[in-house]
Amino acid sequence: MSDSSSSRPLVTFDGVSKRYGDVTAVHTMNLEIYEGEFLAIMGPSGCGKTTSLRMLAGLEDPSDGEIRLDGQRINEISSVERDTPMVWQSLALFPFLNVQKNVEFGLKMRQVPSEERQARARKWLERMEILELAERDISQLSGGQKQRVALARSLVTEPRILLLDEPLSALDANLVIRMQGVLSRLQKELGITFVYVTHSQSEAFAMSDRVVIMSQGRIEQLGSPKEIYRSPASRFVADFVGANNILSGTVAQVGGNLEIETALGMFQCDAGTKGAHHVGDSLDIVISADLVQISLDDPKTQNSLQCRFISEEFVGSIVTLFAELPDGSDFKIQTRQRDLAKMSLEEGDTFFVSWNATDTHLISSGRSSDA
Amino acid sequence: MSQGNSKSLLLRGYVVLVFIFVFTPIVTSFIFSVNSDRFPTIPLGHFTTHWYETIFADPDVWDAFRVSGIVSITVAILATFIGFCTAYTDYRYNFTGKALYLSLALLPPTIPLVIMGLAMLALLARINMSGEIYSIVVSHVVLCSPFAMAVIRMRLAQINPDLESAAWNLGASNWRAMREVIVPFCRPAIASAFCLTAAVSFDEFAVAWFVSGLNKTVPVIILEILQGNTDPQINAIGSIVFITSMTLVILAQLILMRKTINQTATGI
Repeated sequence: MSDSSSSRPLVTFDGVSKRYGDVTAVHTMNLEIYEGEFLAIMGPSGCGKTTSLRMLAGLEDPSDGEIRLDGQRINEISSVERDTPMVWQSLALFPFLNVQKNVEFGLKMRQVPSEERQARARKWLERMEILELAERDISQLSGGQKQRVALARSLVTEPRILLLDEPLSALDANLVIRMQGVLSRLQKELGITFVYVTHSQSEAFAMSDRVVIMSQGRIEQLGSPKEIYRSPASRFVADFVGANNILSGTVAQVGGNLEIETALGMFQCDAGTKGAHHVGDSLDIVISADLVQISLDDPKTQNSLQCRFISEEFVGSIVTLFAELPDGSDFKIQTRQRDLAKMSLEEGDTFFVSWNATDTHLISSGRSSDA
Repeated sequence: MSQGNSKSLLLRGYVVLVFIFVFTPIVTSFIFSVNSDRFPTIPLGHFTTHWYETIFADPDVWDAFRVSGIVSITVAILATFIGFCTAYTDYRYNFTGKALYLSLALLPPTIPLVIMGLAMLALLARINMSGEIYSIVVSHVVLCSPFAMAVIRMRLAQINPDLESAAWNLGASNWRAMREVIVPFCRPAIASAFCLTAAVSFDEFAVAWFVSGLNKTVPVIILEILQGNTDPQINAIGSIVFITSMTLVILAQLILMRKTINQTATGI
């Protein structure tokens, strides 16, 4: 929502590392989280995303570096005093308390008098549209209702930041979409910072202003969902995010479009704005699956390849095609169902894929030619 | 299908036989406690409460029940507290020597009771603490704490570790989280441990016999009556002891089971 560049950072990770014995979970992480933004931290399991969130919540101590909240170092401040409430993957609702008492918990710990406590808890239950469940036991709630209780419980103290650790991972697909809407709207209405840890690209992209991609304890890329989707900064991100095809090659010719030599032939790429390239540089060409055209006849352009149809995966109006290139590697294409239907492909049929030089994205994979 | 049926019938029969084997002596004892004959013979005489009346006319028996009551309740409180602390330490912390700590904590019930009683007497006599009610309490706490720990530890193994962190995250100090989250979560196990340790202490003879001195507990007085004369008084007092401790044990089991059934039904 917010214009990131103009706001001041609410949270700063300044060279933060976390080691467990010999294992480094987070490597010198530098990250600024702005007031009022929805930031998603995404990565495969074990990438350090949850550890980072737990350090921010004060549930883990950084081994190195400094975490600042509102400009103040908080390394030594215990979780109890931080007001950085978290929504847990397991939800961690108290099974021996009813809904209302669960929501009141944070206020009770802060010595808020009983009447005010009840009023504020009810206000949040109402806001989450579960006021009628106030007297229920946690065990009587459905997955989505529990989710709402967990949100109300975390927000009842009216914090400036809310931490969410894969809160939707236990819900079924339909409910996930609904809760994404709820979370998105809530964050915009409250205007507070949400830090959302997930391994799901659709969750991260659907809700957040900025996305952090982590791998093996390091930040691979930080940017808007669109930046990350269209311009992955590293091969890891290109592989992890979206449906990308990656061809490795070396620069054969510069000037105008780049000519890149790969095992499958020569391809043209738009040099774009991303620095100068030299002949002999190693590059990965990223071709997003949704920017590929397919045809039965050879389109006779330079950026085309013949491939063999393997299978298709039908998800509503968009179909993902899996094909095999002449060298045996995979190629993915996303296209509209009705375009594909016209071609009536069978397994083993050959067809052509082609793409525009301007629709490619380049990732440097090495220094000047070491060949 | 029919083979499965006959097998299950056989197994059921076996279970019934085991129960008969276990409970016949107790049932027999109860029957003779309300039988008018002086000696346990068949055919039975007529129904009587005479033996119970005799028992309760004896002030020594009353005294023994008083001592046993005080001892078992005090022991239950202390042993449950110690058991809870031990179980929580095991749940919450990792430290070197934890395996040793645990095996030491669970050791007392594996020591033969006679040895334990002798050792307790030797120690307590040396420090001038034997022969008092608190001597029995001390010895029984040693004996009972591991049972309390085992029951509470089982409950803690089911807790979602995020619950405690969630309490801290919502502003609860360590102590507050213990009071507001850990203890309420363990409440059924704590109640169950209380009943169980009370029953163990109420029943225990060997150690009590060594350290009780003049403060005889019920099992000790039973032996004394038995040595003096064998009449159905023994059956009467035995039945009372049996009913008391069975009630406690069944209560302990019910409290635990009700909680578990609740939770499997709702899938927490």
